[in-house]
Amino acid sequence: MPIPRRHFDALIIGAGGAGLNAALRLASAELRVAVVSKVFPTRSHTVAAQGGVNAALANVLPDHWHWHMFDTVKGSDYLGDQDAIETMCREAIPTVYELEHAGVPFSRLENGKIYQRAFGGQSQQFGGEQAARTCAAADRTGHAILHTLYQQNIRARTHFFDEYFAIDLIRDSEGVVLGALVLGIEDGEPLVIAAKTTLLATGGYGQVFRTNTNAFINTGDGMAMALRAGIPLQDMEFYQFHPTGVAGKGMLITEAARGEGGYLVNADGERFMERYAPSARDLASRDVVARAIVSEIRAGRGCGAQKDYVLLKVDHLGAEVVHQRLPGICDICRVFLGIDPAQAPIPVFPTAHYAMGGIPTDPQARVIMPARHGPEEVVPGLYAAGECACVSVHGANRLGGNSLLDILVFGRAAGQDILRYVSENPHHRPLTDEDIEPGLARLQRWARRGDGERVSVIKAELRKLMEDHCGVFRDQETMSHGVAKLTALRERLDIVRLQDHSQVFNTARIEALELDNLLDVGTATLMAALAREESRGAHSRVDFPERDDTHWLKHSLYSLSEDRIDYKPVRTKPISVDSFPPKPRVY
Amino acid sequence: MKIRVYRFHPERDQTPRMQSFEVAARPGMMLREALLEIKALDESFAFRHSCGEGVCGSDSVNVNGRNCLACTTALADLQEPIEVRPLPGRPVIRDLIVDMSQFYDHYRAIKPYLIRTDPLPEHEIHQTPEARAKLDGLYECILCGCCSTACPSFWWNPERFHGPAALLQAWRFLADSRDQATDERLDALEGAYKLFRCHSIMNCVEVCPKGLNPTQAIGNIKELMLSQAL
Ligand SMILES: Cc1cc2nc3c(=O)[nH]c(=O)nc-3n(C[C@H](O)[C@H](O)[C@H](O)COP(=O)(O)OP(=O)(O)OC[C@H]3O[C@@H](n4cnc5c(N)ncnc54)[C@H](O)[C@@H]3O)c2cc1C
Ligand code: SF4
Ligand code: SF4
Ligand code: FES
Repeated sequence: MPIPRRHFDALIIGAGGAGLNAALRLASAELRVAVVSKVFPTRSHTVAAQGGVNAALANVLPDHWHWHMFDTVKGSDYLGDQDAIETMCREAIPTVYELEHAGVPFSRLENGKIYQRAFGGQSQQFGGEQAARTCAAADRTGHAILHTLYQQNIRARTHFFDEYFAIDLIRDSEGVVLGALVLGIEDGEPLVIAAKTTLLATGGYGQVFRTNTNAFINTGDGMAMALRAGIPLQDMEFYQFHPTGVAGKGMLITEAARGEGGYLVNADGERFMERYAPSARDLASRDVVARAIVSEIRAGRGCGAQKDYVLLKVDHLGAEVVHQRLPGICDICRVFLGIDPAQAPIPVFPTAHYAMGGIPTDPQARVIMPARHGPEEVVPGLYAAGECACVSVHGANRLGGNSLLDILVFGRAAGQDILRYVSENPHHRPLTDEDIEPGLARLQRWARRGDGERVSVIKAELRKLMEDHCGVFRDQETMSHGVAKLTALRERLDIVRLQDHSQVFNTARIEALELDNLLDVGTATLMAALAREESRGAHSRVDFPERDDTHWLKHSLYSLSEDRIDYKPVRTKPISVDSFPPKPRVY
Repeated sequence: MKIRVYRFHPERDQTPRMQSFEVAARPGMMLREALLEIKALDESFAFRHSCGEGVCGSDSVNVNGRNCLACTTALADLQEPIEVRPLPGRPVIRDLIVDMSQFYDHYRAIKPYLIRTDPLPEHEIHQTPEARAKLDGLYECILCGCCSTACPSFWWNPERFHGPAALLQAWRFLADSRDQATDERLDALEGAYKLFRCHSIMNCVEVCPKGLNPTQAIGNIKELMLSQAL
């Protein structure tokens, strides 16, 4: 039976902040838009963001988008592209106002303006006093933004395909993207969504690491789809670990716990940060603290039966301070650990948090890759925005509050450019059965029956492997071992079999398709990390402890075919201002 | 620890059944983790879940007769034998997965978005902290559906009564100082069913995992209607 087809002007894969902001732009312009999401839109992981979104509104302290730009470039360890960063920091201001007009219930100041709080890495006057740039809706900013964007899309009558799983992009022989093959999760039937433009907005891939702050659905599907369509992934070696996730579980314990005077101790009860960062101690920057925790555990000074975590103490601050200033942390500790942090220390471990790398795009969110005429040629009809994309505004290290901003600004930019593209290319291109073959083959592979390995077993081994071999600290030997293990694991993938071959809401099959994706993005991460022989931002090599601008001030591009890594220069030239040249990064 | 879960597979089963699994409980273990262990034993067992921390609203289920989120429910707080069923009153798609379309339809029906007729300023629309405080306890809803599927009025009139979750959101926009569609919103809630089927039974309040109070929101709407009518 032929696979049914639907036709739209624009297909958006992903209903997080990036996808919904793009959809809103397009639906308001009367385009036919389809938004495909594997979960109901408000269940997307943008809902979990807490702290807020950065914009130089200057509601609390003096501020300027140019200062925001400086902080972001410096935070990126100079690997961010300065044209994209300028765009983001300028656009931040109208973007936040637009969100407010859409209904986001931002917290307020006495004068009725949006409340802004201070976050790490923010400064006034290019490295001066602390700035307050993060616009917040209490500590539920992501929830407030995601729900508002979904609500506005209801108003704009966007067409949603809820609980549809995108399997693969459809690309014709000329390389033009024609839409995607998707799977209805409820009925188990494949469907072709033909579209003049396709936007990937599928979010991050934290599930590739055993302990992470991400949702179960964050499996890097869009990045892997791009890889399989022949598009390389950029800067995958840069993955942010947050120092204090709940050990073994991963929920975030905010930096405010240490800001209020909390500190970390090892199994000997020693306040070990004093050895690693004598002056800033527990408030040293995230990567420093994360590295220190791992060092303690490797030296056998971890706590617990497995010696695999350290303790975050806030009990000395007194119950009143803890309960009043850290209510969210108290909730998490109560629900997930059954402890009151005012009485007992919190077991913590660095936790995989955020992907700086992803699908390479330009500031219009068009996907770009090396091709015939140069290193940055546009892939016709394909866009990417949000955590799955690498535009690159975060470079080697993202600042808090800049990701919500990134997804909104570049989601919107994608919408804008799609409008242009559709008006210039008003007709659907022919889509043949052959174009659908690769995606279908991937789906049908999981129909193989018989005994074999289990999806859950391979997935667990992959997650453990990535944590052990591509974690906070990296070196040639550990990563090479990791590559060997990963190669063996990929070979075993071929003998994995599903036991459940039913159609209706077959979540086992979805998890199998996600496993393919996790293996692809895991491989990209490990290979790119092994190749980069320097330490920059979140990528810290024990064997190459220094940043090396002479050889490594460049973006990596990992391609699936032949496991190849290419490089391309950082765009150090902004649009309208002078560039910020690399300097030692001290805070 | 013994956990009995509701099983129904439309391609295989005529009628639903309960199936027992033995799960080794660890200290601090959540029901969601137990369900994941069951899934590792039998991959055909299906349920929705995602964030694992009570913010996405995917994994609402009925446990020992009470609606809750599996990810924020500790096994230690549950009485054995533990029985896990799909949310009541909704068509079951498979195992613990129910069809929530009607629940979402009611949500969309109340126009859950800010409506303004005034021209927009080039900066934010100002709102005092006091006016903003009126939205606390309303905007935090995660659309998990625990409340509406625990509401007897919603069981009996699922087509016509909006249910507590949608009505809570109706009040969220009525209460927003920036919204300019009060009359339109109130008019749309007129009649014997959409709003007035609520008999203040408070099941909704009791089960909301975010501690929200739809009954009070509904009372506020009724009060506003009355005061507008005078
Ligand atoms: C706990 C936590 C706290 C955070 N706090 C902050 C903060 O305070 N400030 C900040 O700036 N950033 C924060 N971040 C980061 C930020 O929230 C995320 O990077 C951002 O929300 C990602 O948005 P997105 O739109 O790219 O993707 P997501 O919101 O993850 O959405 C992805 C979408 O893609 C869909 N999808 C994926 N794969 C498929 C497929 N195969 N088929 C169909 N659909 C698919 C999903 O269903 C979903 O709709 C935080 C992150 C975490 C984990
Ligand atoms: S108070 Fe109203 S809405 Fe809540 S359960 Fe009772 S009847 Fe339903
Ligand atoms: S009001 Fe509470 S129970 Fe009802 S949908 Fe919202 S969060 Fe869930
Ligand atoms: S898994 Fe998200 S609320 Fe339980």
